Amino acid sequence: MSMIAADNRGLRLVTRYAVLILIAIIFIFPLVFMLMSSLKPDQQLLQDSGNLRAFLPVGDISLQNYTDAFQRAPVATFVFNSVLVTGVTVALSLLLCSAAGFAFVFVRWKGRDTLLALLLATLILPFETIAIPLLMMVAHLPWVGFDGVSWGWLNSYRVQIIPFIADGLTVFLFVQYFKDLPGELIEAARVEGASWWQIYRKIVMPLSGPIFATAAILKFLVMYNQYLWPLMVTQEEGYRPVMVGLQYFFQLNVAWGEVMAYLSMITVPVLAFYLYLQKAFIASIASTGVKG
Amino acid sequence: MASKFTVSNGTGWLMAGPAVLLIAGFVILPFFLAFAFSFTNQRLISPNATEFVGLANYRQLLDVTTVTLEPVRDDAGAIVIKDGAPEYPSLRTLTRNNPDRPDLAGMREWFSFSLGGEDRTYVLARDVVFMTAVINTFIFVLIVAPVQAGVALGLALLINQRLRGINVFRAIYFMPVVVSIVVVSLLWRLIYDGQSGLLNNLLGAISFGMIPPVDWLGNPSTALGAIIAMSIWQAVGFHMVIWLSGLQTISPTLYEAAAIEGASKWQVFRYITWPGLRNTAVLILIVITMQAFGLFAQIDVMTNGGPLDSTQTIVFQAIERGYGKQDISGGSAISVILFVIVLSISLIQRWLTREKT
Amino acid sequence: MKMFTFAASAAILAWGSAAQAQQTLSMWYHGAGNEVESKIINQIIADFNASQADWKVELQSFPQAAYNDSVVAGALAGNLPDILDVDGPVMPNWAWAGYMQPLQIDEAKIEAFLPGPKGYWDGKLYSIGLWDAAVALVTRQAYLDELGLRTPTLEQPWTKDEFMAALDAAKASGKFEYAFDPGMAWTGEWYPYAFSPFLQSFGGDIVDRTTYKTAEGALNGEAAMAFGEWWQGLFKNGYAAATQDPADRDGGFAAGKYAFSWNGNWAALNTLKAFPDTVFLPAPDFGNGPKIGAASWQFGISASSKHPEGASAFIEFALQDKYLADFSNGIGLIPATKTAAAMTENYKDGGPMAVFFGLTEGQALVRPVTPGYVVQAKVFEKALADIANGADVAATLDAAVDEINADIEKNGGYGH
Repeated sequence: MSMIAADNRGLRLVTRYAVLILIAIIFIFPLVFMLMSSLKPDQQLLQDSGNLRAFLPVGDISLQNYTDAFQRAPVATFVFNSVLVTGVTVALSLLLCSAAGFAFVFVRWKGRDTLLALLLATLILPFETIAIPLLMMVAHLPWVGFDGVSWGWLNSYRVQIIPFIADGLTVFLFVQYFKDLPGELIEAARVEGASWWQIYRKIVMPLSGPIFATAAILKFLVMYNQYLWPLMVTQEEGYRPVMVGLQYFFQLNVAWGEVMAYLSMITVPVLAFYLYLQKAFIASIASTGVKG
Repeated sequence: MASKFTVSNGTGWLMAGPAVLLIAGFVILPFFLAFAFSFTNQRLISPNATEFVGLANYRQLLDVTTVTLEPVRDDAGAIVIKDGAPEYPSLRTLTRNNPDRPDLAGMREWFSFSLGGEDRTYVLARDVVFMTAVINTFIFVLIVAPVQAGVALGLALLINQRLRGINVFRAIYFMPVVVSIVVVSLLWRLIYDGQSGLLNNLLGAISFGMIPPVDWLGNPSTALGAIIAMSIWQAVGFHMVIWLSGLQTISPTLYEAAAIEGASKWQVFRYITWPGLRNTAVLILIVITMQAFGLFAQIDVMTNGGPLDSTQTIVFQAIERGYGKQDISGGSAISVILFVIVLSISLIQRWLTREKT
Repeated sequence: MKMFTFAASAAILAWGSAAQAQQTLSMWYHGAGNEVESKIINQIIADFNASQADWKVELQSFPQAAYNDSVVAGALAGNLPDILDVDGPVMPNWAWAGYMQPLQIDEAKIEAFLPGPKGYWDGKLYSIGLWDAAVALVTRQAYLDELGLRTPTLEQPWTKDEFMAALDAAKASGKFEYAFDPGMAWTGEWYPYAFSPFLQSFGGDIVDRTTYKTAEGALNGEAAMAFGEWWQGLFKNGYAAATQDPADRDGGFAAGKYAFSWNGNWAALNTLKAFPDTVFLPAPDFGNGPKIGAASWQFGISASSKHPEGASAFIEFALQDKYLADFSNGIGLIPATKTAAAMTENYKDGGPMAVFFGLTEGQALVRPVTPGYVVQAKVFEKALADIANGADVAATLDAAVDEINADIEKNGGYGH
């Protein structure tokens, strides 16, 4: 895209980069602050928090806060739980919601339009507003396990996973995306006798990398950052995720250094994962350009 | 478009069924439960049986009335002036234990105004806190939706240049989105700190001490603004990426044609970029509006609705009552009201942005 | 024959214990994240499990901030443990709702206990604490001398005027950022725990304790209005700040920012470390006697427990003086008995914090003993924060009364 013909390119380039860098600083400084603070003892952390030293690894630097954080809370358990719950939910969500999106866009069936409208209406329900009735409900749901039928889902992984697999937004994203796929391709495939499963697997999936990536990232963020719900439904330490673990650090006297260390530990892996994937993620979004 | 495909009820239900059932069971059913609770006196903890109470919860939340009062006059009939303004009789004498006005019992001043003349009209609400929460939520939405969408578009245009290393900037602008809102709120609590916070020190430094430190979250006039700014900071990267995907659906040939015609930058934006972004704009506005109405975590971590109710929001009130104060019925009624508000707005938005044929 | 029966019953007994080994009792505790506290509670459990063959207690720890929510969620799901710990003023709510059952312990064993740690509801003992907590007006002897102030005593506490004169003197000295640190940063239960005794000392209360059916007159009567005006004046006239940095609450007094700090015994050890001449003064008398809050965390048994006798056995076991002393030494709490106090470093006669034992014995008043307290506490907290921030006193207290009364009505009077 050649928007601007360049005259005095040098100066323009410098201004452009200056603007870009300034904005980058605005977006990144709290994270730098978090990381640097996690290396400092509480006293120094609070003293530094008001000036530029907050962004520098200066003074009494050590990993003591990290050691202390591990002593205070079973950090590894929390991270494992979060990763497990998030991973399973994302995988199942992609499968079921993309299948639903496919059915809503490419297949004609009775009740389709009504159901789609209903699903879209759920988009406007903030989760917080249904959390309590949902809690009262899951507390009494049956479950068939290896040892027969049991009642009540509380204190388990499933109570953190199953209610969040399908949601209106994810289905909506797939529907929007599929609508823009070339319908003639699918029609042609049908005419040639391809099964729906083959069409989904061989035609739609390969064309839908970007939307799978977007839906996965959105779901990941929602699930990894769950707070209110696991707080209500997990009573055993063994099932708690990272955000509930945060509460362990807010005793009467907050140990800010340990808080920062814990925040860094639960945030940095996600950031690293994102940075590793972001090229693919943004490139895949960019590739949607061809469909225009 | 889809109508041209073969009918296949079996396949449709098979593929959509699991997701639909899950949403029906874990979103729609709980919502109907909440709807049912809102007509009862259901408590979170109680040995008492639940009773049907009709619309009492809604009346408690939404009851509003007005009273017009004449100013107090002294014995000579002149208006008593107090602190430079006419004095009016205390509302308390009307609203508390006043056998003449049982309809006003338990109501409180929300705001008052004067339509010229000496009389003053007081708007009384049964639940002033909830009214404040509704107003705050609307302020939040009305500011966040356009500003966040606009800033995101600006960033998207900025990032949509061919420059070395632009990917790095794109990645950085998106970073706050990846961080939990709880974590972000905790960090910004320190940044907004009234005494030693980074923001105050920064403002002090660039103004050479001219700007005095402000307790951003502890001051009723700045708290909501501080939360708005942080919320935009956190979420804007996401909408930048959506804009970006929209920008890249616009055919490069259009831009080339414009360049040949010698169009100005503004003309290019006005006549090529913006029309090409129409669908994206609709999507972004709807998504931001919905998210903004759900404002909760920031409030919960940073201010708890204070100071002086300046950061109360609808969802925060729903949780505070339903869970904190164990009043499921009241919390559910708020949820239903929120649902109705958001539904109406999305219908209006749809109507406004409908494809004109 | 006799011999045979004996052998048979012995065999049955042996078979029984071999097959069942120890019956497991689950227990929830609010101390997750606090190492010292966890160590002590684990020690008691280990001792108990080793001391007998019938019961084995297993612990789940919760972070304190999420503990009450977790119990409520657990109760909703019918998923409560046998033994749980409960904050004293919350107990009536859980007992009334049917989540707890009365303790089966010999009341003679707790005769010597301070009144605060004993949790009675409906005439029955539902919970018992190993400790109590107390609040004092913390200052330094050096400040008192410098400002020329009389040292108040339990017998002769400061009057309201004396207290305000002390704040005036501190403010006029110009040495402090603020004369008084009420602890505004500690939102939550601190507000009703620490500040409602001021209201009670003025002659008001959160709710009318004669009936527990209304707050009218108690929270918005003349005494309450006077309290509200006084409270607002603290902030309006610059004696204290309405919003406070949590870090200042933790270290502000030690840094010399405040002349007087309204703080609990649990923070006293650190303060003593900063200033060896720290003194802990009794609450001022605002007209209706000096008051501080009583009752802290206590142990109880859930209604759904199938083994209340085992749970009671554990709680009774935990009530030994040595454990009371352990908790006190570990986290600075006030032991529930005089004999245990004598075994501690801080509360024995002449100990640096012995004064707190006297405070809790002499001034402590439990928060309203009603299931409605859970809601009333939140309403009270908001009202005080609003008044501190400049809201109209009468309107705010009226609103609080209405909200409390509406809640009582919605709950059919909470069984009073």
